[in-house]
Amino acid sequence: MDLTFSEEQDELRKVVRAFLARHSDEAAVRRLAADPHGLDTVVWRRMATELGLQGLAIPEEYGGSGFGYVDLGIVFEEAGRALLCAPYFATVALAAEALLRCDDERARADLLPGITSGATVATLALTEENGRWDETGIGLTAGDDNRLTGVKTYVPDGHLADLFLVAARTASGISLFAVEADAPGLTRTLLPTLDQTRKQARVEFRDTPARLLGTEGTAWPALRRTLATASVLLAAEQVGGAAAALDTAVSYARIRVQYGRPIGSFQGVKHKCADMLTEIESARSAAYGGLWALDAGDETQTAIAAALAQAFCSEAFTKVAGDSIQVHGGIGFTWEHPAHLYLKRAKSSEVLLGTPAYHRELLAARLGI
Amino acid sequence: MELDFGPAVRDFRDELRDWLAEHLVGEFAEHKGVGGPTDGAAWEVRLAWDRELSAGNWLGVGWPKEYGGRGLGLVEEIVFEYEYARANAPYRATCGALDLLGPMLLAMGSEEQKKRFLPPILAVEELWGQGFSEPGAGSDLASVRTRAELDGEEWVIDGQKVWMSFGDHADWLYVLARTDPDSQRHKGLTMLLVPTDQPGVDIRPIRNLAGQDEFAEVFLSGARTSADLVVGEVGGGWRTAMTTLGIERGTTLLPLQLGYEREADALIELARERGALDDPMLRRRILDAWISVRIMRTTNMRTVAELIAGRTPGAQATTAKLYASTRHQQLGHLAMELAGPAGQIVGEDYGLDTRQRSFLLSLAETIYGGSSEIQRNIIGEQVLGLPKDPRP
Repeated sequence: MDLTFSEEQDELRKVVRAFLARHSDEAAVRRLAADPHGLDTVVWRRMATELGLQGLAIPEEYGGSGFGYVDLGIVFEEAGRALLCAPYFATVALAAEALLRCDDERARADLLPGITSGATVATLALTEENGRWDETGIGLTAGDDNRLTGVKTYVPDGHLADLFLVAARTASGISLFAVEADAPGLTRTLLPTLDQTRKQARVEFRDTPARLLGTEGTAWPALRRTLATASVLLAAEQVGGAAAALDTAVSYARIRVQYGRPIGSFQGVKHKCADMLTEIESARSAAYGGLWALDAGDETQTAIAAALAQAFCSEAFTKVAGDSIQVHGGIGFTWEHPAHLYLKRAKSSEVLLGTPAYHRELLAARLGI
Repeated sequence: MELDFGPAVRDFRDELRDWLAEHLVGEFAEHKGVGGPTDGAAWEVRLAWDRELSAGNWLGVGWPKEYGGRGLGLVEEIVFEYEYARANAPYRATCGALDLLGPMLLAMGSEEQKKRFLPPILAVEELWGQGFSEPGAGSDLASVRTRAELDGEEWVIDGQKVWMSFGDHADWLYVLARTDPDSQRHKGLTMLLVPTDQPGVDIRPIRNLAGQDEFAEVFLSGARTSADLVVGEVGGGWRTAMTTLGIERGTTLLPLQLGYEREADALIELARERGALDDPMLRRRILDAWISVRIMRTTNMRTVAELIAGRTPGAQATTAKLYASTRHQQLGHLAMELAGPAGQIVGEDYGLDTRQRSFLLSLAETIYGGSSEIQRNIIGEQVLGLPKDPRP
């Protein structure tokens, strides 16, 4: 296992950062955050066709590039840094992963090429009103003829997804279904969210025909692995967001003068920034540990590293984003300053895949505590 | 998660594992995991263990063969530290010379100095004390007031040094002294090697908060050393000192932090015995302690991997000490809380158990090697590029 980045990976980071600096600058983020649709489809297509980002870790047989999770983690870190407003997490970290891990080769061959080409926006519809991410939270049912009835909510980017992967309960247990957005009986409603940079939807199914993926009743282990993978990728995204929040705070502390000195020369401010970086580098270790475990392919180690990463990185991002506002002082508290965008992204991603307390318990269960 | 160093070093690793399994027995096995940079416990046994290591040619793995080392590379040095920590071997009593003076001489010493001083270090024939800190100076090394003046063929040294780890055992000191009386701050300093066996050197032990004599203060009154025992340039002692401390901040924390993992495991065992795992407040703190030590390990691996790849280590190499020292203290507080009233009872002559000793000594970790406040300044100024504090 190689625990350091290669020159190719450094280059990937550079390319992605430069692309996002052009296409996901503050103006773009604000425009898309305020837009109920919230996706620049031209940029989304270019991400897929020019950079191959949607299919980066998808095997070549499905049209992807077959890179590893460390590579994918680099993209998520950069997407988090840029507060990218696009259904990248929903499509790549959730939907594509669920497809890759489900026991259905035909579905992979049918559905993954659309994702890698950028033609398909996809998401995972798992959570319901109870907001739970475990098996017991799934109440939506599928009948004998694979028709879904019930409500999913807090579905990331569900308002613009072309394809839903839906976790549902059947007579024999948890099963995974694929549903096209235009399927009969499917209605979706955009939910007004605290974090406008990542939107959520409520999706209602009324006797909606769906495609069963794999063997009925056996989907939970694959979904659990999907959530572990997504937890690590979200952690990488959180690290990137935290790093950007620190960068703006440090830039400000260098130039903002009070009492005749730049505020960054006061230890009260300097030491806060040092603590922020220490928190970020620790979070980075937590996230990278998860990426290495994913590439090593050991399921138990991945589950441990994923739970650790979400428990730690969620809180680290929120703490750093809050401290960034503090360093900026009054200006950081305004709508016009971008600092609050990071705080809101942090607060929403903190619960996106389950709270830090939930992930601590996942970790405890894996450690036998 | 383990580091895989590849087949090239596997033979070396296996040889080391076998040797440790065979030799870390008897009295040595009873002192597994004992010690740390501020822990003078079981000194005689640990010194004997160092001699055992020396006999096996395991000291100075990365030092050139001509000075008694193995002549191997950074990878083997790191493998050695990992395997050593995995085996939970006692903290090396001669760490000061092995981790600081030796690398300093290798980097900046003259050929004569290397030939004269390095082999006895590896043979555990001469012990060394570090004379950087002074009373009232703390982390501000540049405020050194100990003076040295050339008198014919000898330097004459006057001043006082303090916080010398294991200093009362030292045969030699390396002393940062001001050789230009008109100089300020980091200019005009010189690094001198000074024998302790002379009338001008008076070493007095200082008891630490755990009741041990592992620090010393040293009074230098007309102490003498040969004119050629300058490491680096006369007046260039600051650069010599910084080279040494740069080495210290790099690698010496690694085995310590692997030891913290064992403490975290013991903490969980204790919590299980006490039923504390069912208390939601304690449960969270216990899990956070485990998360902290795992993060320390991954941070170390990142740095090690970068060093092996020949890359300049990233910011994590600088933030690691601050994170580890503060989190280890929290772990110690929690372990003492879980131990409850029984954990408050010590043995005869203030004899401490592992948990008590580790907790008390953890209070030094945010002070030595650059206090947490200094660490935050270094991170803020050198890594983040924030403006310097106003300095007189």
